[in-house]
Amino acid sequence: MPRRLLRDGGIVLDDWHTTSDGDVPDNGALILTFAEWQADRERWLARSGRLGVVLAPPDEVERLVPDLKRLTLAGADFPGPSEGRGYTQGRLLRERFGFTGELRARGAIRRDHIFFLARCGFNSFELPESELGDAAAALSTFSAAYQLANDIGLPAALTPRSPARPA
Amino acid sequence: MYRYDTIDRALVRERVAEFRDQTRRFLDGEMTEDEFRHLRLRNGLYIQTHAPMLRVAIPYGLLAASQLRALASIARHYDRGYGHFTTRQNLQYNWPRLEQVPDILAELAEVEMHAIQTSGNCIRNTTSDPLAGVAADELEDPRPWCEIIRQWSTFHPEFTYLPRKFKIAVTGAPTQDRAATLVHDIGVHIVQGPDGERGFRILAGGGLGRTPVIGQVIREFLPRKDLLSYLEAVLRVYNREGRRDNIHKARIKILVRSLGLAEFTRRVEHEWQLIDRSRLEVDEAKIERMRGFFAPPAYRSLADVEPAAGQDAAFRAWYRYNTAAHKVSGYRAVYVSLKKPGVAPGDATDAQLDLLADLAERYSFGEARVTHTQNLVLADVEQGKTFELWRALAQAGLATPNIGTLTDMICCPGLDFCSLANAGSIDVAKLINLRFDDYDYVYDLGEIDIKMSGCMNACGHHHVGNIGILGVDKGGQEWYQITIGGAAGAEAALGTVIGPSVPKNEVAESIARLLDVYVEYRRDGERFVDTVRRLGVKPFKERVYAATAAA
Repeated sequence: MPRRLLRDGGIVLDDWHTTSDGDVPDNGALILTFAEWQADRERWLARSGRLGVVLAPPDEVERLVPDLKRLTLAGADFPGPSEGRGYTQGRLLRERFGFTGELRARGAIRRDHIFFLARCGFNSFELPESELGDAAAALSTFSAAYQLANDIGLPAALTPRSPARPA
Repeated sequence: MYRYDTIDRALVRERVAEFRDQTRRFLDGEMTEDEFRHLRLRNGLYIQTHAPMLRVAIPYGLLAASQLRALASIARHYDRGYGHFTTRQNLQYNWPRLEQVPDILAELAEVEMHAIQTSGNCIRNTTSDPLAGVAADELEDPRPWCEIIRQWSTFHPEFTYLPRKFKIAVTGAPTQDRAATLVHDIGVHIVQGPDGERGFRILAGGGLGRTPVIGQVIREFLPRKDLLSYLEAVLRVYNREGRRDNIHKARIKILVRSLGLAEFTRRVEHEWQLIDRSRLEVDEAKIERMRGFFAPPAYRSLADVEPAAGQDAAFRAWYRYNTAAHKVSGYRAVYVSLKKPGVAPGDATDAQLDLLADLAERYSFGEARVTHTQNLVLADVEQGKTFELWRALAQAGLATPNIGTLTDMICCPGLDFCSLANAGSIDVAKLINLRFDDYDYVYDLGEIDIKMSGCMNACGHHHVGNIGILGVDKGGQEWYQITIGGAAGAEAALGTVIGPSVPKNEVAESIARLLDVYVEYRRDGERFVDTVRRLGVKPFKERVYAATAAA
């Protein structure tokens, strides 16, 4: 059964594959880990299909930057519920390096994480099937924010109230 | 003080709704214990030895009378009629019921309070000087900056899951440092810059716990408009590079040590150069608006008086020890001692909290402050009214004249409540109080502090106590390791262990022997900590253990 995920606030079928899905056709959309990407970069670049790379927590965003233009999807992996490095990876990809494609969070994430992930620029979330139904509502957990961040993944603009600026 | 606007109010209410839903899902079995743990911790909720423990944030220690009453009401209705003030200016309830915690949070929200980020690996409550705004030695009131930091750090999306907890303290009086900034992950000092303008000195890497470290300066002068972008740079370097493989090596102090101060600082500065600083700039209009919340109250024009003259001895002792100078003539800052012998240090009952709300309204413009030494302060009291205030406090057991003395002990909840503790601390405090019940002797000893933790997590700051006491588990028995020579404040230093730990019933006697050495060898006006520094640990150690052997 194909995976479903939350993307841009809606539940959609996942049109991406990973190397563990078996043989992916050359024109299929393929998500690689950063380790896989590095190990065989030339081969992946020669594919005709769309490419995505998901960073593990210790992977440095900066090392992916030279290839960002070739990627349709970037992402961060969250091996545990308290892993926090992906939040920084997301912000840097969006805000410092201008990545505009799909930014995906995967791993041990639950609906309780996705509001803040969305504020860090993530717009797609691999969640357990049982959580998908209610997950979109979690993107509206808060109506305002104290920080200017990158809210591309949120359904509605937050009321801005930076502590740095007058109300 | 800072008052919520519609946005602040909406945010805390939305947080209550979120946590109510999370609690329901946990109780309905939709979430595992481990999944719920990360969520409840971000709302100050621990599962303790007997019951959950809820830690309520008191931002930089400031409380309005209405908030004191709400805390009293919650203690009465949801707990066992008391709360415990902590070394980080927060308040803990030891007996709430899990299913009622969302209701407690809802009641707190009504008085502009919350438990957001009071535990978990995130940016915790920003702490500050309990004499902020009234101390004569202050360069500038730190509270507007504390509130700016509070807002920036609240629900900061990027720093929600740090390697470990992160504590920031701010002082506007670095020469005294009543906020213990040197033992925080980041210490912020308001200082005068090279061209006379105000800004900040930034320290990083301080902390207690298993590996106590005194913070070091990473930037001598930061222009004030850049405070938030610089904090963001420090946090980002820490979030990316701090260790996550070992909980005991995850604090920023370990990162600073392993990289070295110079390299750590270089990385922060590099990140700071790359950050879009203009988005985080604190502009002058914002600073002014924030200052407006902390404007001085409507002081009366009064001359200094000598209220102690002619009054009874008990009042005179209290006035001397429990009140402090105020920058406005005719006023004193009054310490409310939560260190009555026989009572757990830092505990206050619902009736006492209600009374303090009344007294704050009657004598101190409706506000009170919490100190990191687990007392309260009524900061703006007319000197001429101190006698009647003293009488009201004394009747409620809140006027023990011991601020800054031996029996003004800092103490964690210890084994009685905390599931982390190796040993009790509250009953050791009681034993020390029994042993040193002669105030003439205690006053003669002068300025000295005892700080006590029930385990190496060091909630009681034992490393920086002039006398530090650490509970250790020895074959299932409660034993105590003693350090001397530590100090908090601007001259912060870590204490030295004097020798093997001692059993509970020998702690007070060991302290008595330490004090005997001090009394024998002190020079005129020399404080205990100075005598230890001059003589070293040896004579103290010899006395404690020789006497034990002879006994």
